[in-house]
Amino acid sequence: MAKILLKGNEAVVRAAIEAGCRYFFGYPITPQNEIPEYFSKELPKVGGTFVQAESEVAAINMLYGAVAAGARAMTSSSSPGVALKQEGIGYISKAELPAVIVNMMRGGPGLGSIQPSQSDYNMCVKCGSNGDYRNIVMAPGNIQELVDMVIEAFDMADYYTNPVVILADGLIGQMMEPVEIKQPEVKREMPEKTWALTGKNGGEPHRIINLNLDANELEQVNIELFKKYAVIEENEQRYEEYKMDDAEYAFVSYGTASRIVRSAVNELRNEGYKVGMIRPLLLWPFPEKAFEGKDHIKKYMDVEFSMGQMVDDVKLACNDKHKVEFYGRAGGVIPSVNEVVDFAKKVMGGAQ
Amino acid sequence: MGVTHKIFCAGFGGQGVMSMGQLFSYAGLLAGKEVTWCPSYGPEMRGGEANCSVNISDDLIGSPVIKQDATVAVLMNVAAFKKFENQVKPGGSLYLNSSLIHEKPSRTDINVYYVPVNDIAAEMGNTKLANMIMLGAVNKIEKIVDDELLLEAFTKVFGEKKANLIPINREAIAKGAASVG
Repeated sequence: MAKILLKGNEAVVRAAIEAGCRYFFGYPITPQNEIPEYFSKELPKVGGTFVQAESEVAAINMLYGAVAAGARAMTSSSSPGVALKQEGIGYISKAELPAVIVNMMRGGPGLGSIQPSQSDYNMCVKCGSNGDYRNIVMAPGNIQELVDMVIEAFDMADYYTNPVVILADGLIGQMMEPVEIKQPEVKREMPEKTWALTGKNGGEPHRIINLNLDANELEQVNIELFKKYAVIEENEQRYEEYKMDDAEYAFVSYGTASRIVRSAVNELRNEGYKVGMIRPLLLWPFPEKAFEGKDHIKKYMDVEFSMGQMVDDVKLACNDKHKVEFYGRAGGVIPSVNEVVDFAKKVMGGAQ
Repeated sequence: MGVTHKIFCAGFGGQGVMSMGQLFSYAGLLAGKEVTWCPSYGPEMRGGEANCSVNISDDLIGSPVIKQDATVAVLMNVAAFKKFENQVKPGGSLYLNSSLIHEKPSRTDINVYYVPVNDIAAEMGNTKLANMIMLGAVNKIEKIVDDELLLEAFTKVFGEKKANLIPINREAIAKGAASVG
């Protein structure tokens, strides 16, 4: 298929339908409104159902129901809307169901702004609902990656029976880039949904339960969940290394911020600085493996559209908190390449 | 590293500012280049203002955002001129819709082209052609893509049903090109 120019939000819909998603539940919020708008037009054409719910809380619980019935389904929102969905996300995680949640982040806290931001790292990567649980979090840096990740998110969610969050920002949602909608080259072998609530078909009754009044029983649920999370942590660490071969300094950045950093790396390389970038493709599990065998890196320079929510993970991954410096802009402000270059030069001093 | 065009377009809604950017983007894609198109959205657009940032490059595009580093800025009305003159980087080019903008920029470190697109469009009998005339002027000087690719992009952006409008748009691009050289 030839490449077509697609807006990020529309690309989410095309990718989800390609992945077999047939149900969408959502409530409008800028900057992701093209997702529900486009779904409302496209889902009926493929025999699916679009529901504009009465609230974000309703939408996430409709999703809970749809995935419990074994359907491929998703919801999307932007920061304050995703905050409202947290309770439901916790329930779906506890019930071990495969849901896909897209967050086109905007400036916060509170109702915030509607401009692009990355300040939901803590909420989505560290998990904003109650209890011990984990969500797989994917961080696309361009529209093609967004497409590929959305398609894979449905497979991953089914494979691990776990929610998968696509953590992008308003710019990815609004921007147009050339994309190709295609299935992943390597398909996972999908487990059958033997647990799905499929109605009275004469088989064994299935139950999806969220409450365990027995403490020992609930502890066992937690232990089993964390056995699954350990497998995901082992199998799914993903990252890109950019110009890291001879690098003495390394940026760490994800999503749209990493694109500005990529331009900054190119400029700094032109001036002779030995600098590269580690770009996490998944934020949970965090790609700790990317930091192994890199004791020679003098400083890690974390750049985000936030006040530094990923810094803790970078410090843990490189195992030396003194090596980590941070530059970020918040509230929806996007740093320029020059700002990032200036920050890096201050960190690196005269080192070239 | 190859050439990267960073094109910033601004004006008010209805002037075809967003579609100008999309036409350049699609034409760039058809030419096998890397492209990005970023719109303004939200409160920036209230009051009818519109702008978009386009990157067309031989290489993978890093930052898609234009922040005072445009190689080309196209400003279609006075409000855009007052707000975005500084979007052009030194040595870059500024294209002004001189039908509406009668002032001259204060900067001396950029190339400035005055294109009376509304007047030319009125002469052609269709004011909607103003953005295509500007596109022709910009592409003549900057040589971003082949003019024919802009017309091929036309049906991609506006749909096959508008294919009957290609001849008049071809003429508009030619008039724009002629107006700057």
